[in-house]
Amino acid sequence: MSTTTALSPTPHTGGPVVGTVKVASRKTLVIFAVLTAGLALILATSAEAGDTTFRLAADSDFFQLPQLTVPSLPTAWVLAAVCAVLTAESLRRYLTKRSTPGWVVVVFAVAWMAGFLTWAAAGGSVPVVGLLAGSLALAVPLVFGALGGVLGERAGVVNIAIDGQLLLGAFAAAIVASSTGSPWAGLVAAMLAGALVALVLGVFAITYLVDQVIVGVVLNVLVIGLTSFLFSQVLAPNAATLNSPPRFPRVPIPVLGEIPLVGPIFFRQTVVVYLLYIAVALVTFALYRTRWGLRVRAVGEHPKAADTVGIKVNRTRYRTILLAGAIAGMGGAFYTLVSVPQFNREMTGGAGYIALAAVIFGKWDPVRATLAALLFGFASNLQGVLAVLGSPVPSQFMLMLPYVITIFAVAGLVGRSRPPAADGVPYQKE
Amino acid sequence: MSGTEVKPRATPPEGPSRSQSVLREIASGNALAGVLAVFLAVVVGSLMIAITDEEVRASASYVFARPGDFFQASWDAIWGAYTALFRGAVYNDRVDDFATQIRPLTETLKFAGPLIAAGLGVGLAFRASLFNIGGRGQMLLAGAAAGWVSFTFDLPMVVHLPLAIFAGMLAGALWAGLAGLLKARTGAHEVIVTIMLNYVGYYLVFFALSRQGLLQAPGSANPKSAPAHDSAILPKILGDRFNLHLGFVLALVAVALVWWLLNRSTLGYRIRAVGENPDAARAAGINVGRTYTVVMLIAGALVGLAGANQVLGTVTSGVTTDLDAGIGFDAITVALLGRSKPLGILGAGLLFGAFKAGGFAMQASEGIPVDIVLVVQSLIVLFIAAPPLVRAIFRLPAKEAK
Repeated sequence: MSTTTALSPTPHTGGPVVGTVKVASRKTLVIFAVLTAGLALILATSAEAGDTTFRLAADSDFFQLPQLTVPSLPTAWVLAAVCAVLTAESLRRYLTKRSTPGWVVVVFAVAWMAGFLTWAAAGGSVPVVGLLAGSLALAVPLVFGALGGVLGERAGVVNIAIDGQLLLGAFAAAIVASSTGSPWAGLVAAMLAGALVALVLGVFAITYLVDQVIVGVVLNVLVIGLTSFLFSQVLAPNAATLNSPPRFPRVPIPVLGEIPLVGPIFFRQTVVVYLLYIAVALVTFALYRTRWGLRVRAVGEHPKAADTVGIKVNRTRYRTILLAGAIAGMGGAFYTLVSVPQFNREMTGGAGYIALAAVIFGKWDPVRATLAALLFGFASNLQGVLAVLGSPVPSQFMLMLPYVITIFAVAGLVGRSRPPAADGVPYQKE
Repeated sequence: MSGTEVKPRATPPEGPSRSQSVLREIASGNALAGVLAVFLAVVVGSLMIAITDEEVRASASYVFARPGDFFQASWDAIWGAYTALFRGAVYNDRVDDFATQIRPLTETLKFAGPLIAAGLGVGLAFRASLFNIGGRGQMLLAGAAAGWVSFTFDLPMVVHLPLAIFAGMLAGALWAGLAGLLKARTGAHEVIVTIMLNYVGYYLVFFALSRQGLLQAPGSANPKSAPAHDSAILPKILGDRFNLHLGFVLALVAVALVWWLLNRSTLGYRIRAVGENPDAARAAGINVGRTYTVVMLIAGALVGLAGANQVLGTVTSGVTTDLDAGIGFDAITVALLGRSKPLGILGAGLLFGAFKAGGFAMQASEGIPVDIVLVVQSLIVLFIAAPPLVRAIFRLPAKEAK
C-alpha cells in the first residue's frame, strides 16, 4: 500500500544491466559533440573582442604564479578546437567499440570550461583560485549531505530528510557552540542533531513501516517549523548568548598549503573541511573494503538474503542511518561554525535536496557523489563569478543546472543510475 | 500502513451493515487514529508554546517553591495561544458587529481554497501511487502563466477570468505532466523529478520576472510582474468587506469533479487499478504509462488551479516567486491527512486553512511565531502515517487480524 517502492528508475522492460558500456561511450560522444558545437556557436554568434586574464594565485601565496593574460577570441577558438579533437578521438574509439577513457573526459571538461570562461570573461579577469575555493566552500555541506544520503540508501533507507539533518545540525551547532564557547562542542551537537533526525526517520520508516519518502518530506517540514519557531522565540531575543557561535579558524597545512593553485584551494581550510576529506575516504573504504560495509550493502540490496545468513537487517539499518545522520549533521555545522556567524531561519535553502541530487547523479557511490556535489558547488559559484564579470549567461540558468542534470540522470539520458535494489523497501521478518 | 490509503473502498452495502462498518472503522480504525493524531500534535505544540514562553520560564525557576505560578503561567500561555488561534480562524468574540465577528471564518475559507485544490492534486497522484512533491514548481509556473494572461490582455471579464485560470491550470498540468511522461517513458522516479522541477520552475519564473519583456513589470527593477487587470480578478463572493473570493467555490467544484472522476469514471477506475498494482493493471490491458502521464496532467492542473487562485484572488498585486506561500508543500500534508479522498481533503484543507488564518492572528496578538503551525501540521501527518504508533501511545487494541 505504500505510494512508492523505491527511488528507482524502474524501466518496465527490466532489461539486463550487462553490456551498458558501449551505450555509455556513445553518450559521452554525443555529449562531447553537443557541448563542442554549443561552444563554437556562442563563439561565432556573440563574441566580444578583448583580453582575458586568469589570476592563478592567491594574494598570500609564497610562490606567486604569474597572471595569465590571453587574447579572448583566438584562445577560445583554440580551446574549442581542442574540444573538437577530443570529440573526434571519442568518435574514433566508439567506432572501434572502445569506451572513451577517463583522461579524455577530464581534458575535455577542463578545455571546455576554460574556453567558456575565456569567452564569458572577455575584457575582464577570472579569479581562478577564488572561483575554485568558493566552489569548495559551497560544496562542503552538499558533500556531507550526499555522503549521509549514500550511506542511508546503501542500507536501503531513502533519506529525503537530508535537508532537515543539515538544518537541525546548523541550529544545534549554533546554540551549543554559543553557550559553551567551543566550536568543537557545536560540531558534536550538530552530529547528534543529525542523528536525532535519522532516529525519527528510522522509528517511522523501519519500525513502523511508514513510507520513507513521506516521512522524509514531513521531517523536513517539521525541522523547518521547529527551528524557525525556536529561532524567533528563543534565539532572536537572546542572540548574544545563544546565537553568536565561535567559528573554526582556518588552519593552513604546512607544506601542502604552499603548493601553488592547489594549496590555497584545498589546504588552507578549516578543520571541518579536513574532516570532510577524512569522511569521504573513510566512508568509501568502509563501504567497499570492510565486513561492515559488505553487510550494509547486503542489507540494501537483498535484505532477505542478508537475514538468512544471520545479519540483523533492521539493526544494521538503524546503525547505518544514525551514522549517516551524524555525517549529514556535520555538514549543517559548516553553515554556522564556518560560513555564516549565526543561525538564520531556513538557512540551508534547500541544500539537502541538491545533496539528494548528488546522491543520484553520483550513482549511490560515495566518491562519485562527492564529485557530483563538488560539480554542483562549482555550478552555483560559477554563477556568482559570472554575475560579477557581467557575463551574458543569466545566473538563474546556472543555478538551475544541478537540477536539470539530475532530471537527465534519472531519466537515463546521462548514464543510467541504478539505486540499491531494496532502497526504500521496509523489511519485515516473515 | 502508510498515510496514503490508495485502496479503493468497496461500495459499502446498503442497510444496517453500513452503519455498523462505519462504527467499526471509527472504533478500531483510522478515524479515531486521525483524531488522536491531531490531539497528540496539539499537545506537543502546547508544550512547545509553554516551554518557550518567557513567564513560564521565569516561574519555572521557583517551581518547587510555588508550583501554582508555574502551572498558571503555562496554562495562560497555552490558553492564550489557542484562543487567539480560534479568534483568528473561526469567530472573533472581541468585536461588536456580526460581520466582523464572523470575518475570521471567511479568512479560513480563503486560505483553505488553494490548500484544497493543491491537496486534490497531490491526493489524486497518490491514488495512482505517484508522489507529487512538485506542488511548488507547478504553482509557480501556473501563477506565472495566469498572471501573464491577467495583465497582458484587455478582455471582458467573462472571457478574461476563465482564460487566465485556464492558462494557469494548463501550465501546472504541463509541468507535472513532464514528470508523468518521464516516468512513463524512461522510468525516472517521479519523486526525484518533481523535486528537481520545483527548483527548475523556481529559477525559470525568477528569470522571467527579472527580464523586461517577459514578466517583469515595465520600468521596474524588482522581480515582480505588473498587477492583474480587474477583469481577470476572482470576484469577492461576500462583498468587499470580506477577502473571500470565488477561488474557494472553484476548489469546491474541483472536489466534486475529482470525487466523480475517482469513483464514477472509467479513468478513475484505471487510476485506482494502477495505484493498487501496476502489474495487474497492465495484465488487465490498462496502459499504465499513459495513465501515469494523464494522472500527473490532471494533478498538475489541480495544483495549477491553486496557483491561479493565489495570483488572481489572494495576492493580485503582481506575480512574485513567493506566490506559492508554502502551499505546494502544505498540500502534501493536506492530502495525507485527508487520506487522498476528495472529501477527506476538503476537511483537511479546511482544518489547515484554519491553522493558517489562526496562526497569523496568534502571531499578531500573542507574539507566538506562526511557524508553530508548521510543527503541529507535520506532527499530525507523522502520527497519522503511523497508526501503530498512535495505538501504542493510547494503548488501543490492535487492528483485527485479517
